[in-house]
Amino acid sequence: MKILICLSNVPDTTTKAKFVNDNKAFDTAGVQWIINPWDELALTRALELKANTANSIEKVTVITVGKADAEPTMRKALAIGADDAVRIDAEPKDAYFVAAQIAEYVKTNPFDIIINGIESSDYNGSAVGGMVAEFLSIPSVSAVSTLEIANGEVKITREIDGGKEVIKSQLPVLLVVQKGIAKEPMIAAMRGIMMAKAKPLAVVAPQAIDALTEIVSFELPKPKPPCKMIDPENVKELVHLLQNEAKVI
Amino acid sequence: MSVLVFTENWDGKFKKQSFELVSYASKIAEMLNTQVIALSIGNVQEDELKKLATYSADKIISVTNNNLKNLDNQAYTSVIAQVAEKNGANVVVIANNNTGKALAPRLSVRLKAALGSAVTKLPTSVAPFTIYKKVLSGKAFSNVVLKSDIKIITLSQNSYEFTENPKATLIETFEPVLDAVKTTVTDVQKQTGKLILTDAEIVVSGGRGMKSPDNWGPIEELAQLLGAATACSRPVSDEGWRTHDEHTGQTGKIIAPNLYIAAGISGAIQHLAGISSSKCIVAINTDKDAPIFEAANYGIVGDASKVLPALIQAVKEK
Repeated sequence: MKILICLSNVPDTTTKAKFVNDNKAFDTAGVQWIINPWDELALTRALELKANTANSIEKVTVITVGKADAEPTMRKALAIGADDAVRIDAEPKDAYFVAAQIAEYVKTNPFDIIINGIESSDYNGSAVGGMVAEFLSIPSVSAVSTLEIANGEVKITREIDGGKEVIKSQLPVLLVVQKGIAKEPMIAAMRGIMMAKAKPLAVVAPQAIDALTEIVSFELPKPKPPCKMIDPENVKELVHLLQNEAKVI
Repeated sequence: MSVLVFTENWDGKFKKQSFELVSYASKIAEMLNTQVIALSIGNVQEDELKKLATYSADKIISVTNNNLKNLDNQAYTSVIAQVAEKNGANVVVIANNNTGKALAPRLSVRLKAALGSAVTKLPTSVAPFTIYKKVLSGKAFSNVVLKSDIKIITLSQNSYEFTENPKATLIETFEPVLDAVKTTVTDVQKQTGKLILTDAEIVVSGGRGMKSPDNWGPIEELAQLLGAATACSRPVSDEGWRTHDEHTGQTGKIIAPNLYIAAGISGAIQHLAGISSSKCIVAINTDKDAPIFEAANYGIVGDASKVLPALIQAVKEK
């Protein structure tokens, strides 16, 4: 069985939002790039499953669509334990473009399980996973919080209103995973970091695909009015404000 | 031409978010000078379907089929696409909840339609079709042009003010062509009274400042009083005080309720990344310099174990 993890290379969570080029692009100066946190959990779970030889997982591959500056993030994934990495050499234009590129690659390099994190912390689109599945005409399950493999089948739990569903799916399948899939992201050990340098990182030429969306400008949120402080001895005042000013209860 | 809105049901009933969605879609239809068609998949009685007309649906299409009992993303996508094609939909509106996040991307590829996800207001323009959405987990926003002929929008719940606007509406049924489904639901585990965190309108959340898992009584009581879901910060779920499905923030759940009450949560940036889209944030913390107060709309400097019982009392008396 082969597992593919789709990785996003995203700015570290503590990055300040700044824009350049007439507010049309992120200011990437001084930005620390990381593996999208949810994708890191997905990778962790895949490696946990591979560690159990009964699951007979042949390899765990990571893939991203990005230019050469995404490679340190790919190396990090290799250091954590991925077997090999694929970088489709293109600026990620939008979710549709990225998904189409990944799907094209998978058509000629098949995988049994493809995993995406629930959303990326840059564009927050929550879109690439479902799109890849549709391009490939394979089933997808979203809001996945646990993943097990037994007898060559995947057993998934999906969160629903008021509880969860246990789902079996045919392979190949695409899973969009969230918190719970792994407890904590695996950390690269020194040995892993050394080995990562020698692991294969394939660079693949992109296909000609048009993006369907275009960001015309970014803007910063309007400054929020300062927090209204309420006397702890007068909690009634808070209830009054929530009812009559914020109108949320 | 039409605007199609997919309305999910929960055991045959619609929720407030369904009506919000239909109202939002009807406003877009108005901007495009066209009609709005509401699609319902599953067993929903006529009386319940008619409620969609109260919020301006011009036509209601009901699809019932035993193969659609459980959410199979491929099958549902196929049904929505068939209805969209048959009715010449040029905009499809879907909720930005778990179901919508599962279906909208698939539909985008199926219809070759640009996807504008998690929008919080009406398109700022229909020519070019421009939407407004958050980026960088709420630290910024973007104006995005959807360039294709068909557009898909997922609406974040609780972001559109709506009122009743009844129409005399026809209910039609539609028989979709379905392939065999490839996913099977083998078991459903439901806890009565437990609300799904990502879809809840009010969330009461506790952090390390609650000091011990034994102190969660007031959080649960307040949540029950307000019809809220409960959540927690990462240290709390890491310590095992609460289950992981309650963890809100980076690597946890991302939520956007109307009201988020944070008790004993300092508000690290990783936590704020998961809650910054909340409409109204109330912070209760002993440290007046805690970053949560910068994100909050209302704050109380005090010990949550004392403030929460007082708050429960005040809510009971309201």
